[in-house]
Amino acid sequence: MSLIRDNASVLASAIAEGEVSSEEVTRAHLDRIAAVDERVHAFLHVDSDGAIAAAKRVDAKRAAGEKLGPLAGVPLALKDVLAMKGQPTTAGSKILEGWIPPYDAAVVERLRAADIIILGKTNMDEFAMGSSTEHSAYGPTHNPWDLDRIPGGSGGGSAAALAAFEAPLAIGTDTGGSIRQPAAVTATVGVKPTYGAVPRYGLIALASSLDQVGPCARNVLDTALLHAAIAGHDARDSTSINAPVPDVVAAALNADVRGMKVGLVRELSGAGYQAGVQQRFDEAVAILTELGAEVIEVSCPHFEYALAAYYLILPSECSSNLARFDGMRYGLRVGDDGSRSVEEVMALTREAGFGPEVKRRIMIGTYALSSGYYDAYYGQAQKVRTLITRDFTEAFEKVDVLISPTAPTTAFKIGEKVDDPVAMYLNDIATIPVNLAGNCAMSLPIGLAPEDGLPVGLQIMAPPMGDDRLYRAGAAVEAALVDRWGHLLIEEAPAL
Amino acid sequence: MKTVPFDEALTRYEPVIGLEVHVELGTQSKMFCSCSTNFGAAPNTQVCPVCLALPGAMPVANRAAIESIIRIGLALNCSIAEWCRMARKNYFYPDMPKDYQISQYDEPICTDGYLDVTVDGKVIRVEIERVHMEEDTGKLTHSGGATGRIHGADYSVVDYNRAGIPLVEIVTKTVVGTGALAPAVARTYVAELRDLMRALGVSDVKMEEGSLRCDANLSLNRPGDPWGTRTETKNVNSLRSVERAVRFEIERQAAVLDDGGRVHQETRHFQEGDGTTAPGRSKEQAEDYRYFPEPDLVPIAPSREWVEKLRLTLPELPSVRRARLAEAWAIGEFEMATLVNAGILDIVEETVAAGVAPDAARKWWSGEFTRAASERGVEPADLPVTSADIARVEELIASGALNDKLARQVFEAVLAGEGSPDEVVAARGLAVVSDDGPLLEAIDAALAEQPDVAEKIRSGKLQAAGAIVGAVMKTTRGQADAGRVRELLLERLGVEG
Ligand SMILES: [Zn+2]
Repeated sequence: MSLIRDNASVLASAIAEGEVSSEEVTRAHLDRIAAVDERVHAFLHVDSDGAIAAAKRVDAKRAAGEKLGPLAGVPLALKDVLAMKGQPTTAGSKILEGWIPPYDAAVVERLRAADIIILGKTNMDEFAMGSSTEHSAYGPTHNPWDLDRIPGGSGGGSAAALAAFEAPLAIGTDTGGSIRQPAAVTATVGVKPTYGAVPRYGLIALASSLDQVGPCARNVLDTALLHAAIAGHDARDSTSINAPVPDVVAAALNADVRGMKVGLVRELSGAGYQAGVQQRFDEAVAILTELGAEVIEVSCPHFEYALAAYYLILPSECSSNLARFDGMRYGLRVGDDGSRSVEEVMALTREAGFGPEVKRRIMIGTYALSSGYYDAYYGQAQKVRTLITRDFTEAFEKVDVLISPTAPTTAFKIGEKVDDPVAMYLNDIATIPVNLAGNCAMSLPIGLAPEDGLPVGLQIMAPPMGDDRLYRAGAAVEAALVDRWGHLLIEEAPAL
Repeated sequence: MKTVPFDEALTRYEPVIGLEVHVELGTQSKMFCSCSTNFGAAPNTQVCPVCLALPGAMPVANRAAIESIIRIGLALNCSIAEWCRMARKNYFYPDMPKDYQISQYDEPICTDGYLDVTVDGKVIRVEIERVHMEEDTGKLTHSGGATGRIHGADYSVVDYNRAGIPLVEIVTKTVVGTGALAPAVARTYVAELRDLMRALGVSDVKMEEGSLRCDANLSLNRPGDPWGTRTETKNVNSLRSVERAVRFEIERQAAVLDDGGRVHQETRHFQEGDGTTAPGRSKEQAEDYRYFPEPDLVPIAPSREWVEKLRLTLPELPSVRRARLAEAWAIGEFEMATLVNAGILDIVEETVAAGVAPDAARKWWSGEFTRAASERGVEPADLPVTSADIARVEELIASGALNDKLARQVFEAVLAGEGSPDEVVAARGLAVVSDDGPLLEAIDAALAEQPDVAEKIRSGKLQAAGAIVGAVMKTTRGQADAGRVRELLLERLGVEG
């Protein structure tokens, strides 16, 4: 077996059987990080001591005959937007440099309870604003498929860590596609669960009504196992759903789409989509049909307004959510020389601490919420949001899941779009509607685009609390492709 | 500052008042986290990631606070929303950890109610526009600088213990037509509201600790003219201040208008010292708080069943109760107001229920015990004396075993922790001397000491008897019945009483 290439479920059972220790698996990944991360830059912070200590505890538990969870002892990369007690947590921003949280996010508590080993914190666009990880204050992450290209964003660090075999599991967060688009461009699997399915307590908020924590891995089953470990109600998040979590693991093991009705969203393909992306997507549709699914075309007419609505709602909420970074209580403080007023210190701190994309969105949001403009911008965007939700509701009356390409293009070059915000925003055109409606969605790899040899992702979307449908359909497509190729697509990634 | 005498101002202008009252709820925990709400803890000890707004922390609404506000709304005859949301009020200020306050904006939970107040025997209906919930801010203290404000201070410190304590804001509609009664109406309304909160048990409503705060809005207009520009006076921290602040603004605004000037729409601060108001931070442009629905909290949708259940928990309204007790005790409005203002109405009622005559119960609590409480810096009700103690002492007085003076000594001892009234009487040997023998001895001794006084009494100057009676009371340490001493004295000297 290969300690760094094997899937999480394989590693977990090897650890459980005593074939290998969690400490050995953890050290192998720490060594891999030491070997390649200088080039990939997936991690902002590696907690070697904490990871090894946690691995030793798992090994001790096993030695004592304690029952271990299905992912016990397996290493994981945590997006740096989740508070982790005692570990730096920056959200990719200078304004939080040096802040050490005194508490664990709910998801971190659950990871620890599941005996999953947290290797460290992964790179991201500052406060999760971006689609390339180039907006990190700590430098970009590189796509392991081509180090000159972006790994997607905002969770490029988590996706790159998986694709570079630095970790078999990762946690991401998805506000408009930040789990799915990085998964698509790195040939990994990522799921944005139903809004409210995974508690947000301890997640540094970008846009509260859109943010969702989710699982990332290199295959569908591992993703499901991680999903099961982190989902479920938490009273500390008022928006957390108090209902049983759909059995996603059973669904991932039941890779059968016979009789499943699959809707192809007319508005999310064709013009604007790279030819190779479209080609691989069409092939995936054919596979679904071959597997016995009934694929029909459906229309979601309001999706064309999704991007516009999203770029009003998100900045509005983030302009308020990011107000707390004022230099008064934690993180960066600039200009406090005894002569300046509190407003000046706040302004200088924010001026120095936030990057250009963060400032852009704060400005847009502040404007959109201003009295006299609220109805025209924020209010109107909320109406569009309602219409998009209705489009989904109507579509899911006809089909079980909806599909589209995850992203319109494969990974672009670092620097190519960083100065063109609208071009950057268009990367999320297919993923944003799901966040606006609070639905769930998965991205999984379906091949390489012929023209550039880079990974393409398939997006599967399901209604709220229909997360299990993603895993059933995703596992079926994955199995068919593995049959065809003899291995997962990620095995074709460069060795680094 | 130029002012016009109050009575004169009212000959030319009609006041329009509006009151915004903030009440800190007495819930165990804060509005959106489980931190304690106790007053007076060391700074920044009652805080957590949520109320410090650490990155990632999220609010969860306190059900007990929502229950309290619905009960307040029902007691104020409001409609209770079937569905409403919290909103974020955005502005940067270091006493607000999130740099936004979770409040309510266009969807308050309680709307359209009223509270009747009685001033000078006249019932005035104060209409309530809205009652909404929000969270309190931290407390800033500024050091150095002349103004005591943040600008010009050498440094400022902030205590976040108060940040996140549930607040209820009760906003009246404009109250018109009160004329010269305006200051008294404002005061009475706040007092009535305070009593209502107390009766509901939702707050300790201590103005001096800031758990009830009032902003008073006032404008003047000439009869028949549209309403004038209003000012909002803050820092009004006692009932008396509410009345004084409204009165002063009437006098000040009248002078401005008399001079042909314009009243500025502004926030003013009440100055406790001289009873004036001073302009606060001037607002060149109206602050834009960029309100929007709080996305971290699910909407509040109190079920009708819950609301009706809460309606059943409403206590008797303070005004109804006062009228009932005043009639039962045969006292007037003024006497009742005295009891209410001293905060002893509850305990007097309890004492009467224990069998003490209303007059006696009022006398003990508003005299002896109010004094003792203020000496000790506690509430009268918290004194270590029970209604049963008072009932027992009254029994002893009625049986002649104690007189008033001795009864006071008994209570002093009870308050000092010497035991129950019976134990004190036994231990101190306090009892009215009813045997004539020792009294006659004491009278003879006093007469022998003051022969000149004895001579005066014999000659018919009966008012001189007081000196001998006093001396006898002194030697018997107050345990004699003064009336009996006088009788015996006159008998002894053979003088007709
Ligand atoms: Zn707290």
